[in-house]
Amino acid sequence: MARRRLKAVLVVGAIAMLAAGAQAEDRFGIGRPATPAEIAGWNIDIGRDGSNLPPGSGSVERGRTVFTEQCAACHGDNGQGAVGDRLVGGQGSLASAKPIRTVGSYWPYAPTLFDYIRRAMPQNAPQSLSNEDVYAVSAYILSLNGIVPANAVLDAKSLAAVKMPNRDGFVADPRPDVHNR
Amino acid sequence: MSEHTRDKRVREASRRRFLQAGAALAGGSAIAGVAGTTALAEQGNNLPPNVPEWMKAPGEAMGSQPYGTPSVHEKGVVKNISKTLPQYISASGRTPLQELDGIITPNGLFYERHHGGVPTIDPAEHRLMLHGMVDRPLVFTMEDIRRFPSQSRIHFIECSGNPVYTKPYGKTASDLVGLLSCAEWTGVPLKTVLDEAGLQAGAKWIVAEGADAAALTRSIPIEKCLDDAMLVYSQNGERLRPQQGYPLRLLLPGFEGNMNVKWLRRLKVVAEPAYSREETSKYTDPMPDGTSREFTFYMEAKSIITRPSGGQKLTTHGFHEITGIAWSGHGKIKSVEISLDEGKSWQQAELQEPVLTRALTRFRLPWHWDGTPAVIQSRAVDETGYVQPTLAELVAVRGLNSFYHNNAIWPWRIDANGEVTNGQA
Repeated sequence: MARRRLKAVLVVGAIAMLAAGAQAEDRFGIGRPATPAEIAGWNIDIGRDGSNLPPGSGSVERGRTVFTEQCAACHGDNGQGAVGDRLVGGQGSLASAKPIRTVGSYWPYAPTLFDYIRRAMPQNAPQSLSNEDVYAVSAYILSLNGIVPANAVLDAKSLAAVKMPNRDGFVADPRPDVHNR
Repeated sequence: MSEHTRDKRVREASRRRFLQAGAALAGGSAIAGVAGTTALAEQGNNLPPNVPEWMKAPGEAMGSQPYGTPSVHEKGVVKNISKTLPQYISASGRTPLQELDGIITPNGLFYERHHGGVPTIDPAEHRLMLHGMVDRPLVFTMEDIRRFPSQSRIHFIECSGNPVYTKPYGKTASDLVGLLSCAEWTGVPLKTVLDEAGLQAGAKWIVAEGADAAALTRSIPIEKCLDDAMLVYSQNGERLRPQQGYPLRLLLPGFEGNMNVKWLRRLKVVAEPAYSREETSKYTDPMPDGTSREFTFYMEAKSIITRPSGGQKLTTHGFHEITGIAWSGHGKIKSVEISLDEGKSWQQAELQEPVLTRALTRFRLPWHWDGTPAVIQSRAVDETGYVQPTLAELVAVRGLNSFYHNNAIWPWRIDANGEVTNGQA
């Protein structure tokens, strides 16, 4: 009896696998191939390990100029924040009653800075800065936070090597976390 | 008749009616009961026994509104947008929940949250690129997307910061949880589109990116992508509104709002999350010990009474229906309980069919108000058995540094005059 049932299960399983295999080949044929050039133009996300960072480099010094021209109006002359987020300070405040979350105190990965500035900043003209200037502004904001020295020049390798103070500050979602019944 | 003349006529009519009929029934936010047992005739040119003026001449001709809009008497029912936001490019506007019935949010009142303004996208020039760990990287036009077998499903979308944990708390249901709406979405299951490209071994996440000025980016676990995720192009029967991602949006039922990426232009299949700004520096949940929770996707069970609710007024003693909405990112609502005595005792509310997974559920409880002050509140239980917590229970675990995922019970206080205010304020 048990053997017969097992046999039936195996047969059903084999049919299901055949069906799945057939389905995989049974595509709708909708869409066209994406060309490497098309993908290269849109593939802008940067990994936390710096993967996909483009060639080029930028200095803290150049970053100061770009920041003054492009960023200070919203983020303040020294990144202290205004209409735009505060970018500087707050290290050591996260466990206090008044946590200050900035690039320096909160962001876990430096390459994310390049990713976000390039895709979304400045708010009035995103994706308008050269890669060099994005490296430079990233370097300047990190230097304002004391994370890289004032004479730093950052490129793909050195930006990926920056260890952010809050890198290990994140935990997985434990919810449901309130057990009330 | 010109718009101006028509408006003027309507205003005049309203004014006369208001003056002649008395104020009791004219206030928009007042909740009136039946006039009672005494026969008290009202006075007014449009009231019985007179023939209303709108019966004495033909109304607006066919074609006066090629795209229909609400009655001029409903002008006050609009999105709830703060006048004091620091900026309006990255900002949000709320659904006026206390003004709505049923479970479907009208498209014009669906809540908005955008991070780089609302783009104006020509659908003929919009493309979805699907690449990364796939056998066949593909580009789709909108026409392509609509050729796939379609599905329509009703789901809510809720912003994760709805409401915050700290004072000042909002005055109305909309102020508190108005970053919540529900619609019937039409599109194609994401799995169908992924099968077209062929997922490769090791594919664990998909990075979704919008075609807005924020190029908003979130990473979605592959399990969700292969479960109930959809690429949607229609909302309540018509194409998506620009504020909701026209022409294409990622729909992730039950996941926090920002992950339902609007103006979707790119899906990149990867082995690990992007750790984008929106999933590290934002949309993470700070805890009292200084750590933060990341990838907190699900919106937990929640409910709110929308009538009577903050800002409204009970103008009569006697029968009032208590009604509201409940929802859970984890599935269907199993039950909603209502307390009329500051949480001391609870009774079951009636759930209005249909009760759908990851959709708003309307609940109701008949109530007789005898004029004594009361604190009323609702508590949702979802099909996993999870019970909506109190704010105190949430804060005891999460502290006050957290900003997102507040799904607390919210009480309303009704005073002897029938004024309804926030019970936590």
